[in-house]
Amino acid sequence: MMEKMVFGRYIPGDSFVHRLDPRSKLIFVFIFIAAVFLANNTVSYALLLAFTLFSILASKVRIGFLIGGLKPVMFLIAFTFLLHIFFTKEGDLLFQLGFLKIYEEGLRQGIYISIRFLVLVLMTSLLTLTTSPISITDGLEVLLNPLKKVKFPVHELALMMSISLRFIPTLMDETDKILKAQLARGSDISSGTMKERIQAVVPLLVPLFVSAFKRAEDLAVAMEVRGYRGGEGRTRYRQLKWDWRDTTALLILLAVIVALWFLRG
Amino acid sequence: MDIALEQVGYTYAAGTPFQKKALFDVNVRIPSGSYSAIIGHTGSGKSTLLQHLNGLLKPTTGIVRIGDTQVTKETKGKQLKPIRRKVGIVFQFPEHQLFEETVLKDVMFGPLNFGVKEEEAKARALRWIERLGLPEGTAEKSPFDLSGGQMRRVAIAGVLAMEPDVLVLDEPTAGLDPAGRKEIMDLFYELHEQRDMTTILVTHSMEDAARYADHMIVMHDGTDVLQGPPEEVFADAERLARWRLGVPRTVSFQRLYEEGAGLPKGPPALTEEQLAAYLAADFAKGGGAS
Repeated sequence: MMEKMVFGRYIPGDSFVHRLDPRSKLIFVFIFIAAVFLANNTVSYALLLAFTLFSILASKVRIGFLIGGLKPVMFLIAFTFLLHIFFTKEGDLLFQLGFLKIYEEGLRQGIYISIRFLVLVLMTSLLTLTTSPISITDGLEVLLNPLKKVKFPVHELALMMSISLRFIPTLMDETDKILKAQLARGSDISSGTMKERIQAVVPLLVPLFVSAFKRAEDLAVAMEVRGYRGGEGRTRYRQLKWDWRDTTALLILLAVIVALWFLRG
Repeated sequence: MDIALEQVGYTYAAGTPFQKKALFDVNVRIPSGSYSAIIGHTGSGKSTLLQHLNGLLKPTTGIVRIGDTQVTKETKGKQLKPIRRKVGIVFQFPEHQLFEETVLKDVMFGPLNFGVKEEEAKARALRWIERLGLPEGTAEKSPFDLSGGQMRRVAIAGVLAMEPDVLVLDEPTAGLDPAGRKEIMDLFYELHEQRDMTTILVTHSMEDAARYADHMIVMHDGTDVLQGPPEEVFADAERLARWRLGVPRTVSFQRLYEEGAGLPKGPPALTEEQLAAYLAADFAKGGGAS
C-alpha cells in the first residue's frame, strides 16, 4: 500500500529542480499557489498547464509516476467537476437528459476548476518529490526566522517536523512487527463484527504507543547528553546556498505571473 | 507435526521498484518432535523463513506444508488461523507485544483467541506464569510495572499458554543476563523433552545450537546451504566461515588443543561436558601431561 503513495515521497535526483535551494522552491510554490487564482480564461489556464508541464520536465521526474500518484486526488477532482457541471446554470444549454441540464458555463467552470486542482497538486507533489524532508524543514526554518521577533518557536517547530518525518518509517516497521506478533497469538483484525474489529486494534495500539513514548524518551536523553539546547547560536552542517538557478527560477515565475496578468480577461 | 518447505521463494514488495528477494529455492524439512536450530548471518533470510512457519507470510513461489495443511500463494487468510494455534512463535524481544492491564489477562489473550474457555484459559495462564518462575502476585500486576527480564517471561508465557504443538523461538534470550538465558533455554529444552514439542530455534549463538539442537539448518544469502545434525555441521569450521559463521567455543578450543598436541581431528565437542570428557580421556592416555 505504502509503495504506491507519491504525495510526500522524495526521489533523489540531479535535475535543475533538484538542485534548487529549498528556500527558493518553497517561495516558488507558495507564490505559484496564489498565482493560480489569477487565471480566469482559457488562455491563462492553458499557460498554467503548460508552465506546470515545463516544471515537471525540468525536474526529470517520470510523468507516469506522477500521474500514478494522482489517483487518490482524482476522485476529488472528478467530484468538483461534476458539481460544477450540474449546478451552474448559465450560458447556452448544451445538453439535456430528463432533469439533467448541462450548460456551457458549467462545463467551462468544471474544466477550469479541475485544471486548477490538477496544477496545484502537481506542483506541490513536485516540491516534495524533489526535495528531501530535511531540506524542506531547513528551508522552512530559515524562511520563518522573522517570526522569532514575535517569540514564535521557529527552531522548535522545524525540529518537531524533522523528528516526526524521521520516525514515520520506524513506526511503520514497529507496527508491522507488533501486528505479526499479535496475529501469531490468534488476534484477528480482518474478520468479525465492527465492534470486534475495533477491539482487535487495541492490542496493536497499546504496544505502539508504549514504544513511541519510550523512543521519545530515549531520543530526548540522547539529545540532552550530547548537549542539545535549542536553536540559539547553533551552526549548520548543511549550508543553504542561493545561486543563479534560484534567481532564474523566481524570475521565470515572475514572467509567468506578468503574462497571466495580461492574459486574464 | 512435520513441517516441510518445498522450493519456497519470497519477494518483498513484489512488482514495485522497491522489490527485494529475501528467499529463493528453500527446501527444508523439520521432522516432528525434533529440536531444530536455524543459523545464518544477519540478512541470510532466517526471519523471513520463520514467518512462513505459521502462515504470517505466504510464499511467493513454492509450497509450505505444516502438518496436513498446505500454504501457497493462493491460500486464504481464514485457513491460516488453525495453523497459528498449532505453531506458536516467540518473536525477538517479545515483551514489545504486551498490552493488557494485568499479566494474567495478557497471558490469557492467546488461548482466548483460539477458543479456549475463560476458566481453562485462566488456569493455563496461572500455570504458565508459575512455570516461568515469575514471583507470586505477578499475575495481578500490570505488565508495564515489571522488569525487562520479567516482561520477557510474561510474553513467553503468553505463547506457551496456547500450548502449541510446534514452538518457534527467534533469539528468545537476546538481551538477557547469563543466568536468565540459561534458565529460559533449559525450560524450553525441558518442554521439548517432556511434551515432545517440536522446537525450532533461530539463533546467533553457536553454543546454544550445539547444546540443544538435534537438527540444524544453515541459511546463507536467502537459501538453505546445509542441513544435518550439529556433529556434522560443526565438524568443518572452514566451510562455516565461508558462510560467515563460526563453531562453538568448545570446538575452537578442541581444535587448538588437537593442533598443539598433534592429534587428528576428532568428532566436535558440542558442550562443555563433552569437551571435559574428551580432555579427561586424552589426559588418561597421558596426552595432556607431556
